[in-house]
Amino acid sequence: MNFLAAIGSFVFSMLAEVGRVSLFARDAVIRGLLPPWYFRQLLEQIVRIGYNSLPVVGLTAFFTGGALALQIYIGGTRYNAENLVSSIVALGITRELGPVMAGLMVAGRVSAAIAAELGTMRVTEQIDALTTLSTNPFKYLVGPRILAAVITLPILVGIADIIGIFGGFVVGTTSLGFNYAAYVKNTTDFIEVTDVTSGLIKAAVFGFIIAVMGCYHGFNSKGGAQGVGRATTNAVVSGSILILAANYALTSLLFSE
Amino acid sequence: MPEPHIALENVHKSFGAKHVLRGVDVAVGKGRSLVVIGGSGSGKSVTLKCILGLLHPEKGSIRVGGQEVIGLQGPALDQMMGRFGMVFQGAALFDSLSVWRNVAFGLIQGKKMKTSEARAIALDKLAEVGLGAELADVSPAELSGGMRKRVGLARAIAPEPEIIFFDEPTTGLDPIMGDVINNLIVDSVKRLGATTITITHDMASARKIGDDIAMIYKGRIVWCGPADEIDRSNNPYVDQFIHGREEGPIEIEL
Repeated sequence: MNFLAAIGSFVFSMLAEVGRVSLFARDAVIRGLLPPWYFRQLLEQIVRIGYNSLPVVGLTAFFTGGALALQIYIGGTRYNAENLVSSIVALGITRELGPVMAGLMVAGRVSAAIAAELGTMRVTEQIDALTTLSTNPFKYLVGPRILAAVITLPILVGIADIIGIFGGFVVGTTSLGFNYAAYVKNTTDFIEVTDVTSGLIKAAVFGFIIAVMGCYHGFNSKGGAQGVGRATTNAVVSGSILILAANYALTSLLFSE
Repeated sequence: MPEPHIALENVHKSFGAKHVLRGVDVAVGKGRSLVVIGGSGSGKSVTLKCILGLLHPEKGSIRVGGQEVIGLQGPALDQMMGRFGMVFQGAALFDSLSVWRNVAFGLIQGKKMKTSEARAIALDKLAEVGLGAELADVSPAELSGGMRKRVGLARAIAPEPEIIFFDEPTTGLDPIMGDVINNLIVDSVKRLGATTITITHDMASARKIGDDIAMIYKGRIVWCGPADEIDRSNNPYVDQFIHGREEGPIEIEL
């Protein structure tokens, strides 16, 4: 009986948390879209979330593209399908690995940073101070972060797609003996616009998830330094899981026949 | 009898099973300074946050200038917030902004003032609290505790609010710096003619700042009267608190 009660309690608390996050996201979107808008904050967040994430996203994409090329080549030789390396690298990067790897890397970097910053602001009463200075914290803190993440993630993923495919090209042409021109031709012939756009749509959704989870956990952190630490961990863990779950849902939605 | 500037009636606030405010009744006249004293966890900060609209009481009434505060939302709440200034216990300065931008924040964001104009006012307010223009561009992280409190005070008075709240203004300061802050509060408030509510457990601060003192214990006001009568209150809670005795009706939760 106690075991069942524990399961019930866990399910109820999880549903309550889902409800709280949903209401937070709804408020953030509604209040963030209504004026006044804080353009200075938005630009600052675009630099922090987008520009500053470029090195980590670029390096991840490059090595993922390279490893993917190696794996496809090794697997393809069993069926004499080595020539599919370039096309499958392009497909894998643009549809799945580009958005997911970039999303997870940005979740680790940005979601944690947002949760830590807002969490510290919460426990040091800076968020209350904003309210007393006639500034809505949702508009000033949450809105610009969410908007910046939704704008910059597709750009980051676009760049990650190019670098990832380039990573596959470098490995394919230097280690696996593919001809430069043939590799590029196979890639460009095979890839379609929808392969890229589906990844960019995913990226925008992942950006929303990353910013909402960082803001939600930071905004609701309590209990001093330990609370801020907990908020940071929860933001990264919940953001990453939601990205993977949303990726599955979006793949089903975007590629269903 | 004129309507008090701030009036709380039977205010209740709970956090889960913890009943923090159990019917707070207190009123402050226009231009008066009320100091709320009480031990840790007695409900001082929660009372203040309920008036500010940062917390929502389950029951009771809070009126500011005759207008009910509980339930205010959107532009009406923003308008009400524009009448308030607040000095936080830890100053709550925005780490990402320089000192002058902290002071000018309410002017630029709340009153939509031009940056150059707001900077000039910020420098004036910093001078009023004894800080020079050379500190205007430094980060709050570079300031001492006393300086941070001064900047917090300058930020609160910059938009010239009609009501100012002070949360433990002298906590964490040495007695001399505490007295400097008390004097600055008295001077600034007098200059503005603002109504103030201060919460503190520092009796020296309470005597200096307050026209009236109210004592809160377990979420209720147990005594309220003029500051100069506190030593003759004949209230066992007040006597125990102001003399810092362990024995008495106040139960200390260890």
